Amino acid sequence: MTLSSSTLLTSAAEGGHHSVPVVEAMSPDGVFSLLWLVIALPLAGAVVLLVGGRLTDRWGHWLGTATVTGSFVLSVVMFVQLLGRDDAERQIGQHLWDWFAVGDFQVGMDLLYDPLSALFLLLITGVSALIHLYSVGYMEHDPRRRRFFGYLNLFVAAMLMLVLAADYVGVFLGWEGVGLASYLLIGFWQHKPSAAAAAKKAFVINRVGDIGMSLAIMLMFVTFGTTAFAGVSAAAGDATESTMTAIGLLLLLGACGKSAQVPLQAWLLDAMEGPTPVSALIHAATMVTAGVYLVTRSNFVFENAPVAQTAVVVVACVTLLWGAVIGCAKDDIKKVLAGSTMSQIGYMMLAAGLGPAGYAFAIFHLVTHGFFKANMFLGAGSVMHGTGDDVNMRHYGALRKAMPVTFLTFAMGYLAIIGFPGFSGFWSKDKIIEAAVAENYLVGAAALLGAGVTAFYMTRLMLMTFFTKERWEPEVHPHESPKVMTVPLVVLAALSVLGGVLLLGDWVTTWLTPVVGEVEHHELPVPVIVLTGIVVVVVALGVGLAVLLVGRREVPREAPQDVSFVTRAARSDLYGDAINDGLVVRPGGVLVRGLVATDARGVDGVVEGGAGLVGALSSVLRRTQNGYVRTYALSVLGGAVILVLAMVAVTW
Amino acid sequence: MDDVTPFLVLSAILFSIGCVGVLTRRNAIVVFMCVELMLNASNLALVAFAKHHGNLEGQVAAFFVMVVAAAEVVVGLAIIMTIFRSRRSASVDDASLLKY
Repeated sequence: MTLSSSTLLTSAAEGGHHSVPVVEAMSPDGVFSLLWLVIALPLAGAVVLLVGGRLTDRWGHWLGTATVTGSFVLSVVMFVQLLGRDDAERQIGQHLWDWFAVGDFQVGMDLLYDPLSALFLLLITGVSALIHLYSVGYMEHDPRRRRFFGYLNLFVAAMLMLVLAADYVGVFLGWEGVGLASYLLIGFWQHKPSAAAAAKKAFVINRVGDIGMSLAIMLMFVTFGTTAFAGVSAAAGDATESTMTAIGLLLLLGACGKSAQVPLQAWLLDAMEGPTPVSALIHAATMVTAGVYLVTRSNFVFENAPVAQTAVVVVACVTLLWGAVIGCAKDDIKKVLAGSTMSQIGYMMLAAGLGPAGYAFAIFHLVTHGFFKANMFLGAGSVMHGTGDDVNMRHYGALRKAMPVTFLTFAMGYLAIIGFPGFSGFWSKDKIIEAAVAENYLVGAAALLGAGVTAFYMTRLMLMTFFTKERWEPEVHPHESPKVMTVPLVVLAALSVLGGVLLLGDWVTTWLTPVVGEVEHHELPVPVIVLTGIVVVVVALGVGLAVLLVGRREVPREAPQDVSFVTRAARSDLYGDAINDGLVVRPGGVLVRGLVATDARGVDGVVEGGAGLVGALSSVLRRTQNGYVRTYALSVLGGAVILVLAMVAVTW
Repeated sequence: MDDVTPFLVLSAILFSIGCVGVLTRRNAIVVFMCVELMLNASNLALVAFAKHHGNLEGQVAAFFVMVVAAAEVVVGLAIIMTIFRSRRSASVDDASLLKY
């Protein structure tokens, strides 16, 4: 890709009915020339920590935290610089080197810094820095803490590569790097077979999504001859709709894998086997948001592929309810949060699938979700830290007195996620529901229902953990976590509360306009204030139901077994594993066994049978070598006679 | 052009006798003599054809056969002698170890 220094920001309207912004970046100057450093810092940290080995054991965790913090500082400086520029000058590209060139196809190691990646940079580096700080305390007693920080740094570097690349191949590099790092981190406690299996599962399911992603990139190359954002966005309107639909659906498959959307959702709940900071990192700020980023970034693809957009919306609706239902029945505090992550990512995908009406709100919700979900995951980690690594909420109860800081910060995250008026989640989720209702009543109803269910399961989690009666074992003495863990909690709680200010004066939508186009305002059937009222009422119903069903009753220490079908289904992840097993794993096993049998009996049979036949024939022919001279003489005579006869026959 | 048919018939008869002898006799010396008989039968045919065609090529070939036969006799008799010394037998059927 060649970066033009032109500052034009044109809109390509040909072909599609929407005007889609074209990516056309200007060359970096000033602080922006340090863009590469944002990725290089954590990458260097990872290399030093992983190559340096035990030498770095004593200070490695601080180095890891410092590199990410450095990236954060750089991100903030660049963000401020970007704020001071005109809309038209807010796309900055940095060409590092030519990555590879095959014939006319050229891929450069290019970075793109625009309003979208600027927001992502702030979120990723900011939340990651806090999670690194928290991990210093959380992993204090782990002998492999240095390696943990190496992996964390690698993860952050890969994620930054993903959001900064200006080329789909570059995105793919980060995409795979994130997959690798998540594998290493989920399986960090590899001595546990369950953790090793969960890591493998995440990796394999992600691979399915990656196939979609790589096929989409290849299709782009075939169609446009380039994979750079600039080239694809400029030419997207000229391609046929069926091609764009295929690219869109393949990108969606990739997004489903990384963002744990149905049908590739099964890995997310198992991924809770990793240490809690990993859960916070993967499931709040970074990895699972990659799918939403991809869909939003590829708006020029989806705008020209309405079918693919509809598919995004359908997948998102199914996932947001799927995750919410799972969250209702789980007793493992991290799995409830994982279910809720699935559900919230579903909201973002839903918004992203709505087109220009929703892109900005998808990113807005992504940012607020990054704050409050990281807050709650780290809070859950703090609870586990204080109760001897117990994750079962039935063994908690009344922890608000023992862990006041954790409780208060968690409560902020809780109020944000259920959408309590004024908190960040309220603003972001409300906007998505608004856009969904305006688009389609059914989609709107799903989003609304999801909000109610979210309120139910989050209230259940709050009540079982911090309220109700004490249910912990006598030898467990819940205690507040050290400062190094509570400080990030406080910061994240504050952000959870205040995240909504991004929407002040429609700042976030204006900010993202250069990337995703103008927000389209659809007519709502009812005034906005009424819809907001309905959402609040639904949320209140969910909370009330949870208070009635959980808060007012005795919570048994053991999970009751005589429960309804729905509860049983939700406890087993709505049979996600069973579906995968039945649809893919077992038929795959049968197929492989059949192939092995065909190979062993068919192919090997032909080869070995042929060899056997030749052997048997040889042992018969062998008998003619009997050692008697006259036998040989006779065969010589026979040969001579035949020769003579042949000559006679020829001459006559 | 002389008629050489009788020579050729004699040659064929001699060759056949030698052939049968090689295939049926057990004594190595006799087999060996039968081989000589066959060689000389072919010599006779060669000379007859030379006469028939009126050139010398057949005679030259016959000389070659004789030379080769003499050499072969040296080697063959030496082998038969050695076998006889070690086995006290000149039967070709006794020397049948080299087989499957």
